[in-house]
Amino acid sequence: MPPTLQLMLDSLWPLVRAGLVFTVPLAILSFAFGLSLGFVVALARLFGPRPLALFARFYVWFIRGTPLLVQLFVIFYGLPSVGILIDAFPAALIGFTLSVGAYTSEIIRAALSSIPKGQWEAAYAIGMTQRQAMVRTVVPQAVRVAVPPLSNSFISLVKDTSLAAAITVPELFQQAQRIVATTYEPLILYVEAALLYLVLSSVLSALQARLEKRFGRYGGYMESGS
Amino acid sequence: MIRLCGIRKRFGENLVLRGVDLDVPEGHVTALIGPSGSGKSTLLRTANLLELPEAGSIEIGDHRVVFEDGIKPQPSAILNIRRQTGMVFQNFQLFPHRSVVANVMEGLVTVWKWPTDKAKRHALELLEKVGMSDKGDAWPATLSGGQQQRVAIARAIAASPTLLLCDEPTSALDPELAAEVVEVLSSLAAEGTTMLMATHDLRLAARVADQVAFLEGGQIVEQGPPERMFSHPSDPRTIRFVRTLSASTEADGQTH
Repeated sequence: MPPTLQLMLDSLWPLVRAGLVFTVPLAILSFAFGLSLGFVVALARLFGPRPLALFARFYVWFIRGTPLLVQLFVIFYGLPSVGILIDAFPAALIGFTLSVGAYTSEIIRAALSSIPKGQWEAAYAIGMTQRQAMVRTVVPQAVRVAVPPLSNSFISLVKDTSLAAAITVPELFQQAQRIVATTYEPLILYVEAALLYLVLSSVLSALQARLEKRFGRYGGYMESGS
Repeated sequence: MIRLCGIRKRFGENLVLRGVDLDVPEGHVTALIGPSGSGKSTLLRTANLLELPEAGSIEIGDHRVVFEDGIKPQPSAILNIRRQTGMVFQNFQLFPHRSVVANVMEGLVTVWKWPTDKAKRHALELLEKVGMSDKGDAWPATLSGGQQQRVAIARAIAASPTLLLCDEPTSALDPELAAEVVEVLSSLAAEGTTMLMATHDLRLAARVADQVAFLEGGQIVEQGPPERMFSHPSDPRTIRFVRTLSASTEADGQTH
């Protein structure tokens, strides 16, 4: 077997293990928390009292306007100087969650606003409260609008988790760096790492297609009749 | 008793309802007619508080809400009124993510907490009534406009409201499709459903209504039984309006 292939095979399991133990949980957890945060922020901006809506806007402005890598450094390397020590993995989790929350809040806000006013009225007309109208009528339709852009965010996030290497999380990319340090084969290892991210992204793209089909099964709107 | 009293509503600078009084006799159909911008749709939408009036009172059954400038009524008071009304919209507004039968069941299950199987049985009976029983499992987007509106009617009457509101129920439909909706509404009227509708469909008003109120400039100008309102209106504004309306209906009849 050519030595290149042998090296790739030898490093495959360490890389995959780093991916399964750190990259995937980091991505899934921060997306789950970030999406919940994004939903709350979107609601605050759409329906919240003015101070809350302003705070939500400030949060989105700040997170979107600063680099994710810098945010991670502030949390992991910066906060200890004011006495806040956070381990690498939770620090990464906090950083990614805040980031996902900011970006997805905009997607969710747009998706909720895209549901026609008439759908709210139809829900109110059969006696629903605002909460019931939201849960039963608006959110299920907004999900369909939000699936493609949210999938984008998730796929970006999976790749962005490689930034956690910079704050010492031993995830997939950092594992590749470690192997490079002993084998001096950067091209082979980094290409292999890239291919593994590609596999992850492809799985997610396939999942997106299934979700779109699931939520799109009821067809389009047919509002203007005949 | 269904009574709208002294209803005033403005959109910005524009006073769209200038203190309208309207009694809707139970078991009868009242049609609101008038030119675009006369306030008929707004008046209809104040009856289930999709529009909140600035002044006036609304009384439906045992519930009465009084509006005063700047004071928002309790959400529960608004719900009490809404839960005694059903509404049919110009553009149907079926829930596109729910099947036909689930659209009709929605209020019964979510608002009235009926068990699913009981709600489904009742929904199927209503679909039977509007001639849509074979489409229970279909998605709304696969139906014609007339079929969607008939499902929307079944949804609106599902919880047996005291008052059924219809906002231009046939305006988005071709004449043939409008005819099937008129058919359904007139059979409901014959059963004694109390209805208030805003329409400029003369055929619908003439066929279904027991009482017609003509609005212009946010006021009721004239009201009476349809025969008199359409053949011998007394107010010059009503005369002018009925004339333009019948002219356009005849033109319609010739093109189709």
